[in-house]
Amino acid sequence: MLPHLDGAYNLARWLTRNPDDAEDMVQEAYLRAFRFFDTLRSADSRAWLLSIVRNTCYTWLQQNRPGDLAAPFDEDIHSGESDSADPATLALKRASHRMLKEALEELPAEFREVVVLRDLEGFSYKEIAEIAKIPPGTVMSRLARARQRLKELLCNRLKGS
Amino acid sequence: MDCKDAQKLLDSYTDRELDLVHTLEMEKHLRECGACAERHESNQALRSALNDPALYFKAPADLQRKLQSSLRRSIKAEAPARIRVWRWLNAAVPAALAALVILIVVPLLHGPSDDEILRREIVSSHVRSLMAGHLADVVSSDEHTVKPWFAGKLNFSPMVVDLKNQGFPLIGGRLDYIDNSPVAALVYQRQKHYINLFVWPSRSESDADTEMISRQGYNLFHWSKAGMSYWAISDLNRAELQEFTRHIQQLAPK
Repeated sequence: MLPHLDGAYNLARWLTRNPDDAEDMVQEAYLRAFRFFDTLRSADSRAWLLSIVRNTCYTWLQQNRPGDLAAPFDEDIHSGESDSADPATLALKRASHRMLKEALEELPAEFREVVVLRDLEGFSYKEIAEIAKIPPGTVMSRLARARQRLKELLCNRLKGS
Repeated sequence: MDCKDAQKLLDSYTDRELDLVHTLEMEKHLRECGACAERHESNQALRSALNDPALYFKAPADLQRKLQSSLRRSIKAEAPARIRVWRWLNAAVPAALAALVILIVVPLLHGPSDDEILRREIVSSHVRSLMAGHLADVVSSDEHTVKPWFAGKLNFSPMVVDLKNQGFPLIGGRLDYIDNSPVAALVYQRQKHYINLFVWPSRSESDADTEMISRQGYNLFHWSKAGMSYWAISDLNRAELQEFTRHIQQLAPK
C-alpha cells in the first residue's frame, strides 16, 4: 500500500474539483516524492507528502485554470466583522452533504484548502502552516473567514431551496 | 475578553488550538455572551457537518495500481545512471566503511538502554498496527464488548472506557506483544488520527509520573498507576494527546 494515498487524493480532488485531474496530480506528486519513499512512513511524512500534492495542484492550476486562483481576496478588506447574521445552527444541521459539497467547492482555493486540511484531514494549525506555506496566524484568520463564508453560502442555498 | 477578541479567537477555540489562559477566558466569555455562544454553536454544527464521510474523497481502487506501474517505469528509466554511480562507489566504499566503523559503530556497541528498547517496541507496534491494516481484533465502540473480549487472553483485566463524549471515540481492542509479554492495546480515534493505548501490569509497585517522549514524529505519553503501566502513542499533536491522557487518567482506577 502506498502511504497516505487517500489523503493525497482527497486534497487533490478538492483543489482541482475534478476526479481525472485529481488522479493526474496525485500521480505527478508521487513521482516527485518517490525518491524519498524510505522516509515516508513516519507521521510528519503525511504533511510533507500533502505539501507536494498541494504545490503540484497549484502549479497546474496556474497553468491551466488561472481563474481558479485569481479570486482577488484581500484579507484586509474582508477581515473581521461581516454584518451578516450568523446562520442558525439548526439551518446548518439541515444542510445536505450535496449542498455542503457545492458550497465548499465554491470557496476560493486558498480558503477551501485550509478547511479541507483542518476539518477533513485533521491537521494542526502548525502543520497547515507548513503545507500551505503561510504563517500560523494566517491559518487562524483564514480558517475563521473560510468557515464564515461557508456558512453564508450554505444559508443562501438553504433559503433558495 | 470582549466580543471582538472572542470572534478572532473563536475558531481556534473550536479547534482546541488555544492556550490554557485564552481557553479559560473564552469559556467565561461564552457563558456571558449569547451572540458569541451562538456563533460557537454554529461553528460546531459546521464542523460536524463537514465530518460526513461522503465529503471525503477516498482514492479510487485502481489509482494504487496505476501509480505503482508508473513508479516502476520511472525507476527503470533511472537505473542506468545509478549503475554508473555504483561503479564509482566501489572504490570508495572500503575506505568509507572503515571510517564508519570507527565513528559510529564502535560507540553503538554499548547498545540502547532497556527504556529505549521499550520505546522502540511501542513505536514499531503502533506503526505495524496502522500499516498492516490490523488495528483491532475486536472492532467495537462498546466498552462492554471490548473488555470481556480480553478475558481469557490476558492474565489481567484492562480498564476499557469509551471517550466518545470527550472527542476520542473507542475503535476497538487488540492483543499485542511487548516487552516479552502479551499486552492489551486499546485503539481510539481523533479525526484521521489513531491512538494506541497499551496497558499491562507494571513491574514495580510504585506509580510513575507522566512522561512525554517524541520518536520518529510520534508523540508518546507514559505513566504507571495502581500497578498498571500505560503507554499512549499517536501522530496526533502533543496538546490533544495530552488531553486524551488526562481523560484516561481521570477515569482509570486510582
